[in-house]
Amino acid sequence: MSRTSEALVVEGLRKSFGQLEVLRGIDLTVAEHEVVALIGASGSGKSTLLRCINLLEEIDAGRIVIEGQEITAPGIDVDRVRRRIGIVFQSFNLFPHMTVLRNVTLAPRKVLRLPQAEAEGRATALLERFGLADKRDEYPDRLSGGQQQRAAIVRAMAMQPDILLLDEITAALDPELVAEVLDVIRELAAEGMTLVLATHEMGFARDVADRICFLDGGVILEQGPPSEMLVAPREERTQQFLKRIIDAGRL
Amino acid sequence: MTGEAHTTRDELHARRGSRLFGRLRSNGVMIATLSTLVVFGAIGFVVVNAPGWERVQAAFFDPELGMRSLPLLLQALWVNVQLFVLAEVTILAFALLLAVMRSLPGPVFFPFRLMAISYIEFFRAIPGILVIFVLALGVPGLRLPGLPNDQFTWAVVALVLVWSAYVAEVYRAGIEGVHASQEAAARSLGLSRFQGLRYVVLPQAVRRVIPPLLNDFIGLQKDTALVSFVGVVEIFSRTRIIAGGAFNFTPYIVCALIFLVLTIPLARVVDYLVARDRSRQLAGALGSGPARRGRLLGGSPR
Repeated sequence: MSRTSEALVVEGLRKSFGQLEVLRGIDLTVAEHEVVALIGASGSGKSTLLRCINLLEEIDAGRIVIEGQEITAPGIDVDRVRRRIGIVFQSFNLFPHMTVLRNVTLAPRKVLRLPQAEAEGRATALLERFGLADKRDEYPDRLSGGQQQRAAIVRAMAMQPDILLLDEITAALDPELVAEVLDVIRELAAEGMTLVLATHEMGFARDVADRICFLDGGVILEQGPPSEMLVAPREERTQQFLKRIIDAGRL
Repeated sequence: MTGEAHTTRDELHARRGSRLFGRLRSNGVMIATLSTLVVFGAIGFVVVNAPGWERVQAAFFDPELGMRSLPLLLQALWVNVQLFVLAEVTILAFALLLAVMRSLPGPVFFPFRLMAISYIEFFRAIPGILVIFVLALGVPGLRLPGLPNDQFTWAVVALVLVWSAYVAEVYRAGIEGVHASQEAAARSLGLSRFQGLRYVVLPQAVRRVIPPLLNDFIGLQKDTALVSFVGVVEIFSRTRIIAGGAFNFTPYIVCALIFLVLTIPLARVVDYLVARDRSRQLAGALGSGPARRGRLLGGSPR
């Protein structure tokens, strides 16, 4: 596997659901250790883009390259690809019939074939780091939304992915729980984790992202550093979107 | 915390134990007992004094014949237990396979889906007794090489074929009840389709359908009596033999009582599991199980 400084390259990605074309030619390059925020109105294709990158959706056209390997090539082992790409969902999607520890160790044990002790050691260290050590043996139902989402992040990180995709991970949380989850992401970003995140938290995007991409009508209409994108965007659609966000008091 | 979980479980046990009497204070129990005696006593009195009761008693409730037939029937019941256990274990595995086949997505798996659906539709549509007749009476007579020739085995096969169709549908409901996002989460971690099914989807699906599965257990338990029509001497054949010899219906009543004694505990287990499931789902949201009220004696609502 060739090492490049590009963690992720998306070229001409198209995706339709029936008659509706959600992505109409996405081009996106993410460097290693870069944090890219995807912003845009609901239905602009942010989540679909992330799900396509993780191969949870079949794409109609285009290609996706992770760390120099084209993952959309025919005959690729999708299970192998997904080990390298973590994703955290808006609705946590923890496994309700397993304790937090088993949630976190399931994939390392069954996919990476780590011995139980090693998987649990790794998981416990991660849980401790994210303040969940005492929730190790709890079932997800008994955790707060913020704790559940942090556990979901730990579960994704336990696979030591090359890149982590975050799909509006604070959208389902009560406002007072958002900060604890964002702090975790900040820490991951500071550590050099490559992140692609879809978000409505513009303040957070401004603080943590190296680059912001504005999705509109299934394409990346405009992109640039937060200082430009959130202050003086060039495109009229971006300006309108930002104005609505600011009017709603979310920046 | 685990401590909290224990508390809820203990509470649950307390509530379960209290279903009949707990919510009633001690004088409530006395009143309930008294009124039960009066009501049931009155019904008994009316029945026993109705004209023709003596003939009914002689034909249906002959105590001497009842006591004589009981050990013979219990002995024959052993055959039903064997039928039931063998069939049930096979059904649980075979039906799961059918349900999984039916749930496989995508065009590649179309033939498997078609097979599973056709199977289920076919065996749900035809009467079970018909399948038992065809297999248990028809197949042994063929003396097919390498296949068993006894009615018992083919009766088990027939019960398995018929009940697997029902149980597969129960499993399928469970599988479909697990949200697609659970599978997406499993696959996103690199688990294969099979691993996702094995570790994430099926454990949740099976847990959900345990009560309806036990209902089908009860149905199967009763259906073992159908096997009497193909010459397997089980409890119902033995009942018919004794009743026919004595020109008396008492053995049927005894046989019914035996099935009652077998089935009622199972039905209670179903009730308990349904209640436990409900309280577990609520435990996360409310921190406690649902208020349970005595059902028969009507515990006072809070």
